[in-house]
Amino acid sequence: MSEILRFRDWAEPVPPAAREVVSKLPEADEGRPPLLFVPGLGHGGWAFAEHWLGHVAARGFPAHAVTPRAGGDLRAQAHDVVQVAASLPRQAVLIGHGTGARVVARALGRYPARAAVLVAPVLDGWAALGAALRSNPAGTVPALAGGRLRFSARQLFGANVPAEEAAAHLERIGARPRADLFGRADLPEPVGGPPVLVAGSPDDRVVPRAALDRAAARYGGAPLLFPGMGHYLMLEPSWAEPIDAVLDWLLKEL
Amino acid sequence: MQDTPDLGDRGGAVCVIGAGASGLTAIKNLRELGFAVDCYERETSVGGAWNWRHDRSPVSAGTHLVTSRPLTEFPDFPMPDTWPDYPHHSRVLEYLERYAGHFGLSDHIWYGMEVVSVVPAGDGRWDVTINSTGGGSSRVQRYAAVVIANGHHWSPVSPEIPGDFSGQVIHAAGYKDPSRLRDRRVLVIGGGNTGCDIAVEAAQHAERVWHSTRRGYWYGPKYIGDRPADQVRHRKGPAWLRERRYRRAAADLTRWGVPAPEHAPFESHPVVNGLLPEYLRHGRIEAVPDVSRYDGKAVELTDGRRIEPHLVITATGYRPRFDFLAPELLDIDERGRPDLHLHVFARKHPTLAVVGLVQPDAGLFPLAHWQSVAVARWLRLHGTDPERASAVQREESQRPLASWSRRRVVPTRRHWFEVDHVDYLRTVESLLSRLEGVK
Repeated sequence: MSEILRFRDWAEPVPPAAREVVSKLPEADEGRPPLLFVPGLGHGGWAFAEHWLGHVAARGFPAHAVTPRAGGDLRAQAHDVVQVAASLPRQAVLIGHGTGARVVARALGRYPARAAVLVAPVLDGWAALGAALRSNPAGTVPALAGGRLRFSARQLFGANVPAEEAAAHLERIGARPRADLFGRADLPEPVGGPPVLVAGSPDDRVVPRAALDRAAARYGGAPLLFPGMGHYLMLEPSWAEPIDAVLDWLLKEL
Repeated sequence: MQDTPDLGDRGGAVCVIGAGASGLTAIKNLRELGFAVDCYERETSVGGAWNWRHDRSPVSAGTHLVTSRPLTEFPDFPMPDTWPDYPHHSRVLEYLERYAGHFGLSDHIWYGMEVVSVVPAGDGRWDVTINSTGGGSSRVQRYAAVVIANGHHWSPVSPEIPGDFSGQVIHAAGYKDPSRLRDRRVLVIGGGNTGCDIAVEAAQHAERVWHSTRRGYWYGPKYIGDRPADQVRHRKGPAWLRERRYRRAAADLTRWGVPAPEHAPFESHPVVNGLLPEYLRHGRIEAVPDVSRYDGKAVELTDGRRIEPHLVITATGYRPRFDFLAPELLDIDERGRPDLHLHVFARKHPTLAVVGLVQPDAGLFPLAHWQSVAVARWLRLHGTDPERASAVQREESQRPLASWSRRRVVPTRRHWFEVDHVDYLRTVESLLSRLEGVK
């Protein structure tokens, strides 16, 4: 597909839709680029609002999380991300989690981000599906027939997440996977050549270690690893560790 | 902006002339490839033609886009999807201001500074003389390359009509709002988008309106059903089908005295105005032929009729002007028409380029964006790998003119830079693939 001749976007632009954006701004504007978080399948901006947004703002970066339109395909979700990014006063850093990383990867082909971070990225749906079948067969098989994907606490969270907390999060996470969020289609070349970081946990039961390595290699690097954590790095008790490492990386790259 | 009296030699920096839409995208894309950029803007703000505060801005109070958002916005910085399909000019300015702010472009723009001369310094570099528009200081800087983005809609062209007219004659560039039309008899000369827009405003406000066109045009609507017409036109399908769709959508106004077009659609710059046909049919606009001469209070038409307007508005276009450099640098002929590869690259000067000097059948910003991406990559290659650069140059010189320039057009100044935006972008894409890997 040509990135220059965009007949589909010219003839059938993505229609506008409501997009929920949660923001936390630093007390003083230090001219730092805003961070825009993009959630993956089954959760919304709230997952970042829990700990990360406040922490990021306290470290001097404007922090925003967008929940792309419900039921949108990959094209519509990437459109939502680019729309929100372009509405920010400065060139934004895009940070996607899970299938949200795939949305970010797609958005990077359309918007020259200041930098991008793919956290526990589901870029290759087949690897994620294999991992899900291994760790949670009963919850995954119905989804193959178009049913609801049921996660288990053991699948999504690391061992150090208290059971009741994990159960509370699970309540809010639910997803009916869309085929195109999982496809293996080529990811576009990021426009403007932004630095891209891949972060994740070797103990993530959704994104296997090999998938992290492949994702990082795709963007010319090695993954930043946080052993012992589960898939939802932003909801674990040690949530500060990965986000601090990401911000340190960002300060070095800017 | 800091005020350094003399920076002298700016090393590998690129000079961009003008901070309108084309200049802004040139700064952004050059910066993205790592170039240092100094942009000089004679006004004190960005936006060029789209900034109604600028004395050279051609927009009037009622100006709206004639191309819809997806075909108008920069490809990497969309307009808000909640905006109307055809935004008002004030929104276009807001968009350009946000683009400049978002990418931090103002840090590289010197406002109130006018480039008065660009002279080759030998070895491919350029001596640029800049004057402060407020009077006083002048300085000369040396740059590795010059990108001209001074626009081509600011120097009005008026028709030479013999005789004397006792009424008032203004160029469309000086038409700002409909108050001066109120209760007057108005003759609008020119069948382009501006002429049609003003004729419609006159129909809403003036006592009587004549619209003089030299030839027939295709008047396209803004909408087909509930979709913007240009979006419908870009639905998948062969070119003949798209042309048939357009022919069917365009208004046939011969019953109301408008000459039938003698050329195929898109052999002249497309006119998009859904209201003009309505006002012709209502009798509020009277179509008249070309003007032959003025005679006191009267205007004589080529069919011998005499009409007596109070006000004549000539919407007869603009000429490109590059007063700050020797014409041969851009191969400018005696009529003032530059001859540039892809309407961008100076043929004999690899470090001199023009961005935004095209007339596409869609919005200009996307073309200016991709032009400046190509210019930035070309300049980078030229600076780092001269051997590969001359190979690309050889390949480019083989490119047939007809592949990117619309050759079958009505032969007027209006159509010097007319391109089919799809053919044109396809060509720029193939140039970019020749420049692949340039970082």
